[in-house]
Amino acid sequence: MTKLFTSQKFRRTAVQVLFVAVVAMFILATIIVGRTNIADQGIATGFGFLNQTTGWPVSFSLTDVGPRSTYTQVLFAGLLNTMLVGFMTLIFATVLGLLLALMRISSNSLMKLVGTTYVEVFRNVPVILQVFFWYAILTHFPGPRQAYSLADMAFFSNRGLMLPAPSLSGLDVAIFLIGCVAIGFGLKSFKPKKSGLRLPLAILAAVALFGVLLLTGREADVPLWSVPELKGLRFVGGVSLKPEFSALLIGLTLFGASYIGEIIRGGLISVDKGKLEAGSALGMSPFQINRYIRIPLAFRAMLPSLSNQYIWLMKGTTVGIAIGYPDYFAIVSTSINQSGQTMELLALLMGGFIVVNYSIGFAMNLLNTRLKLKGRS
Amino acid sequence: MTTSVVPPVPKRGFGYWLKKHFFSTWLNSVITVLFGALLIWMCVKLSNWAIFDAIWTVDNKEHCGHGAGACWAVIQDRGRLILFGLYPYEEQWRSTLACLIVILTIGLSCLPSLWSIKKLPTLWVIGFGAFVLLMRGGFAGLPLVTSEQWGGLSLTIFIFSAVFVLGMPLAVVFALARRSSLPVIAKGTGLFIDLVRSLPLLTILFAAAVVVPLLVPDWLEGNKLGRVVVAFAVFFAVYQAEIIRAGLQSTSQGQNEAAAALGMPYWSLVVDILLPQAFRNTLPSTINQAVITFKETSIVTIIGFFEVMASGNAAIGGGEWTEQFVEVYVFLALVYFVFVFGLSRYGAWLENRMRVGHA
Repeated sequence: MTKLFTSQKFRRTAVQVLFVAVVAMFILATIIVGRTNIADQGIATGFGFLNQTTGWPVSFSLTDVGPRSTYTQVLFAGLLNTMLVGFMTLIFATVLGLLLALMRISSNSLMKLVGTTYVEVFRNVPVILQVFFWYAILTHFPGPRQAYSLADMAFFSNRGLMLPAPSLSGLDVAIFLIGCVAIGFGLKSFKPKKSGLRLPLAILAAVALFGVLLLTGREADVPLWSVPELKGLRFVGGVSLKPEFSALLIGLTLFGASYIGEIIRGGLISVDKGKLEAGSALGMSPFQINRYIRIPLAFRAMLPSLSNQYIWLMKGTTVGIAIGYPDYFAIVSTSINQSGQTMELLALLMGGFIVVNYSIGFAMNLLNTRLKLKGRS
Repeated sequence: MTTSVVPPVPKRGFGYWLKKHFFSTWLNSVITVLFGALLIWMCVKLSNWAIFDAIWTVDNKEHCGHGAGACWAVIQDRGRLILFGLYPYEEQWRSTLACLIVILTIGLSCLPSLWSIKKLPTLWVIGFGAFVLLMRGGFAGLPLVTSEQWGGLSLTIFIFSAVFVLGMPLAVVFALARRSSLPVIAKGTGLFIDLVRSLPLLTILFAAAVVVPLLVPDWLEGNKLGRVVVAFAVFFAVYQAEIIRAGLQSTSQGQNEAAAALGMPYWSLVVDILLPQAFRNTLPSTINQAVITFKETSIVTIIGFFEVMASGNAAIGGGEWTEQFVEVYVFLALVYFVFVFGLSRYGAWLENRMRVGHA
């Protein structure tokens, strides 16, 4: 018997079995307690509630949802809201971050100073404070009648930002997006003599498609651009960005840009100077050095931290609940309050974020592998 | 015939420095002039707003908002609310003292002479314990102030230090478990860490505040602040565990074998050999994680805690100071900035120093 207890193999197995048993008991205990507690409140368990109507409105959504929509529809609208603000943040923050990185590595000390100051200020203040700040600014704009206007085309009031928009239907937008993807795929097989022509041609094709859709896909008397107009107490036409959405977007973008800027800068300065000098020794122009040596190498170096930062920003959209932006988390939290289906909704909440974050991680990994295969370093 | 080549004269002087940094090409000159003008204009406007045209005292309050500069009177009037929340007025010296103790603890842990596996945890347990005792009171004539009344900056500092004190040992456990040679434990911990890492902090804190009471028996419920701090500590621990794991991986395998050859027990190997090196190697990342955690304490305002962000919002919420939101938010930003910038500068300095030391 003592032999059994001193045997390494037995002890290792026993410890692991014990570990699994404790974890399983813990999970089982929470489920049992949870079920009885929830049953005491007279709430049915299971996902049946997803087909019931919610009975409460959603202040902002891309799809058409209201008090009569089902939980499935409302939750989906919330997920779309999270993705909308998340992806727009990623795009804007990356562009601004690139600008900041270029400023910080420029030879002009004034630019360096501006870039550094920006990064230090925006990185060292919590994102939620920044979002509150922009929200307060936007909601303290004057009312629609006294709205600030930009050449009578765009208006800034406490109801949000009103911007002119092309008169495109949902179908037009869908055709345009599909067209862009098609152009992207067509580009792969299309090889003009000068490789530099590919991107300009693709952009030209996309712009042409946009123009055709704008000119053909509308009623005869509808103007090309829908411009917001003050009618009574509210604006009609154009596209309206609610203060909640704008504040969250601005706050996350400005905060995220400071981090992304540092990542891009780190990538750019990580490129070995000798490689750049080798390029110029081969007679490459500064543009060619950047295009074929510096950017590919830097991009590869920064990709892992960039994908972490993207996932972080996606998760950061949850602070939107503080100013009333109905993102996925806000919708789930309201649903828990209203329906009491705590466990099911929590599972959906975690599932939603895991799917979104793993998709970003997967896409970035794919990019990473492709880049790795191409380079022969 | 020989020509003598004169060595290039090293260029020095203010004129050369100016040319090199600001006017090296015509494009740079244009940028410098345009940006410089814009910057000077902004600095003038900003300093006029913040200092020269500002209103500093509540007595001059009626001038606020009429084209004048910043109205810092709001800070004079509501500063105590922002810093102490609903903590009883007469007892606020305790809150101040408690915060100073934690700040001193943070400062002391930056001294390399205290970096040992025994001294540092002892320092933090003492510092944190003193903080809690002072804040809570209920002994030696100090009136009891329960955690429901804690607020403002002291609550922020409490959450931060509690998360740090609880999360650090947890992180070590997670890191060791993930590197365990027992496959089930390693995989299970890995799964847990990855699951928590893919979730936003807010959802975890929300679950702890709202959902946990449903899932555990009443006697295990504890109070809301306690649950949220534990959940936050777990969140911190999974991130910190990955940092420590990286540090453990950077120690050479030969040391494990040497320890085994000397017959050292596992715990002695971990505590005396592996962990000191792991912490040392990952110090900059650890400080970075602390910085992020300090900023993220502001998230708890969403689930209804009265920390400095929430008390700031309360200061402008009363109606009297609604228009002074910019001043209050700038003040809050400064409070956070002092802590975060200080810590991150220290981290950068340390990183630089270590790079030199280990080149």
